[in-house]
Amino acid sequence: MADVVTPRGPKPRPRFSRTNIMLYGTLIVVAAYYALPLYVMIVTSLKGMPEIRIGNIFAPPVEVTYEPWVKAWAEACTGINCEGLSRGFWNSVQILIPSVILSIAIASVNGYALANWKFKGSEVFFTILIVGAFIPYQVMIYPIVIILREMGLYGNIWGLVLVHTVFGMPILTLLFRNYFTSVPEELFKAARVDGAGFWGIYFRIMLPMSLPIFVVAIILQVTGIWNDFLFGVIYTKPADYPMTVQLNNIVNSVQGVKEYNVNMAATLLTGLVPLIIYFASGKLFVRGIAAGAVKG
Amino acid sequence: MTSVLVKDLTLKFGALTVLDNLNIDIPEGEFLVLLGASGCGKSTLLNCIAGLLDVTDGEIHINDRNVTWEEPSGRGIGMVFQSYALYPQMTVEGNLSFGLKNARMPKDEIQKRVARAAEILQIEPLLQRKPAALSGGQRQRVAIGRALVRDVDVFLFDEPLSNLDAKLRADLRVEIKRLHHSLKNTMIYVTHDQVEAMTLADRIAIMKGGIIQQLDTPTEIYNRPKNKYVAGFIGSPEINFFEGVIEGDAFVTGGERLSLEGYAFQGTATSGPAWLGIRPEHIVSGEAAASLPVTAEVTIDLVEPMGSDTLAWASLAGMPVRIRMDGQAAVLPGDRITIGFDPARASLFDKQTEERL
Repeated sequence: MADVVTPRGPKPRPRFSRTNIMLYGTLIVVAAYYALPLYVMIVTSLKGMPEIRIGNIFAPPVEVTYEPWVKAWAEACTGINCEGLSRGFWNSVQILIPSVILSIAIASVNGYALANWKFKGSEVFFTILIVGAFIPYQVMIYPIVIILREMGLYGNIWGLVLVHTVFGMPILTLLFRNYFTSVPEELFKAARVDGAGFWGIYFRIMLPMSLPIFVVAIILQVTGIWNDFLFGVIYTKPADYPMTVQLNNIVNSVQGVKEYNVNMAATLLTGLVPLIIYFASGKLFVRGIAAGAVKG
Repeated sequence: MTSVLVKDLTLKFGALTVLDNLNIDIPEGEFLVLLGASGCGKSTLLNCIAGLLDVTDGEIHINDRNVTWEEPSGRGIGMVFQSYALYPQMTVEGNLSFGLKNARMPKDEIQKRVARAAEILQIEPLLQRKPAALSGGQRQRVAIGRALVRDVDVFLFDEPLSNLDAKLRADLRVEIKRLHHSLKNTMIYVTHDQVEAMTLADRIAIMKGGIIQQLDTPTEIYNRPKNKYVAGFIGSPEINFFEGVIEGDAFVTGGERLSLEGYAFQGTATSGPAWLGIRPEHIVSGEAAASLPVTAEVTIDLVEPMGSDTLAWASLAGMPVRIRMDGQAAVLPGDRITIGFDPARASLFDKQTEERL
C-alpha cells in the first residue's frame, strides 16, 4: 500500500518503451542504409590501388593516402586532356552563377507581379507557365538546339545559361507567387497609399520580407543546375563541359586500369557543392518550402 | 464645403454587383461611419474612395477635385487598416516616413512631421522599435500616425479596432474621437460594431447589399429607423418586432389591441398589415407602466442579469419580447409583471416594403 503513486506533474515515460524501440530502430536502419554507400566511397577514395585489389570494400584504409583526391582534381585524363576535374569545376561555376542570379531575379518579379498586380489574363499566363513544368525536357531538346543556333548561342556558355533560366522559370515563379500571395494584401495597399510604385513596393517592402523564399530558390537552383548533365552535354562544347559531364568522362573512360579510388574522389568532389548547400541551409530550406506550400 | 463626394458609384466584379449607384456627400470635418454586416460592401466603398479598387462607373471627388482616375497617393487621403499593415522590416520611424520619402520631401520636413505625429499619438519612445516589438494598441497608433504624417484632409479607417481586445478597443475609440476633435479632418470610418458607430459618428451610413439603407445622425437612426433592417441592426439587445395589422388608431397582433396614440406617421396614417418595433429599453415595467397608452400583463420566462441592467424575456401576443430593466430589479422566471410603452417611441414598418410608416 505504501507504493501507491499519486499522479501529479508530467506523466512518466519509460525510455525503452516499445514505441521508442520501433521508432529509433527504424530510423537507425534507414540512416545506415543511406549512409553506407557514402562511407564506402570515402573509405575507397582514401586507399591506394593495391589495398583496393584485396577486395574488402568496407574495411577502413590501412594506409591513408590523399593521392587519389589530388589526381581527381588536377591530373585525371579525359581523352587527351589531363587537367583533372578542376576545369569542369570552374566551368560549372561560370554556368551556375549567372544562371542562378538571372533565373531568380526574373522569377521573383514574375511571382510578385502575378500575386499583387493582377492584370487581364494573368491567371491564364500563370496556368500556361505551370503547364510548362510538366512537359518532359527531352521533348524540347531539338527545338532548343535550333533556337540557340539561330540566336548564335549554340555551344556557348551563355546559351546554357539561357536554357537553365528558362527551365527554372515555372517552378520558381510558382514558388515566388505563392509566397507573395501569403503576404497580407493590406500591406500592399498601405504601400500604394504611401505612394510606392511597382518597383518601390518590390524592392522596399516585398524583397526585405522574403529572405527565406530567396534562400529556397537559391538552393533549388544551385543544386539543380550543378547536378545537370543533359543540358550541359548537349548545349556546350567539350572545352566548356560542366563538372558532371567531365566526371562522367573520367569515370567511364575505358583505357587502362579502373582507378576506383580516383573515381570515388572525383564523384565526391562533384557532389560537394550541393552537399555543402544542404548542410548549411537545412532549416531554412524546410521553412521556405513550407511557406511556399501553404497557399495556392 | 464638400470634402468627399461619391457620385453614382457602381462597382461590379463580373456579374456580381457589389456597389449599386451609390451617392454620398460628406461635408468638411465630418466623421462619417459606414456600418453594416460583413459583405455589405462598406470596405469596398472605402477602397474605392481610396483608389485601391477601380470603379465600374461613377465619380469620386475629394476636395472638389475629380480623383476617379488618380492613384491612391495622389488623392490626399491617409488610410488605417484593420491588420495595421505596418512594414515589418522598418522601424516605427521608417514606417512613418516611408510615404514622405516616396514623395521626395526634404529631410528636415520629414523629421518635423514624424516628431509631431509621434507627439500627438504619444509614441515617441517607440520610434526606433520594429513593429514586432510593439503591442496591438501601439501598432494601431503607429498605423494612425502613418496617416497623420501625410497631412491630408481625409482619413480613411478600415475597421481599425477590430483586431484589439475589448478594453483596448474602448480606449482607442475615445482617442480617435479626441483626435477628430483636435484635427477636425474629414474621417470615413468602416466598422461592423454599432457601439463604435454610435459613439464616433456625426452621421452613420447603414449599408446592406451595396446600397445605403439610411444615412443620418446616430440619434435619428436609433429613434427613427427608416426601415425594418436598420431597426433590427441598430440597438443591442435587439428591437422587439410584432407582426400584425394597423386598424384605425390601434395595432392588432395575436388578439391584443395595442393603441397607437401619439405615433408620428411619416405621411398620413395608414392601415393594413405591418410590423411594430419597440426597443427593449423603451418598455417600462411596474407602476410606471400603468400610466402609458399601451399596457399588458406578461410572465417572465428567462432573466439575463448583466450588472448595469437586466434583460428579461417574456412573451406578448404569442411573440417573445425582450425587456430591459434596471440592474437592481429583482425579477425571477415565473413572475407576473405589468409592462407598458409609449407608442411615440415605437416604429411601424409596412409588411410588404418594410419601409417606415
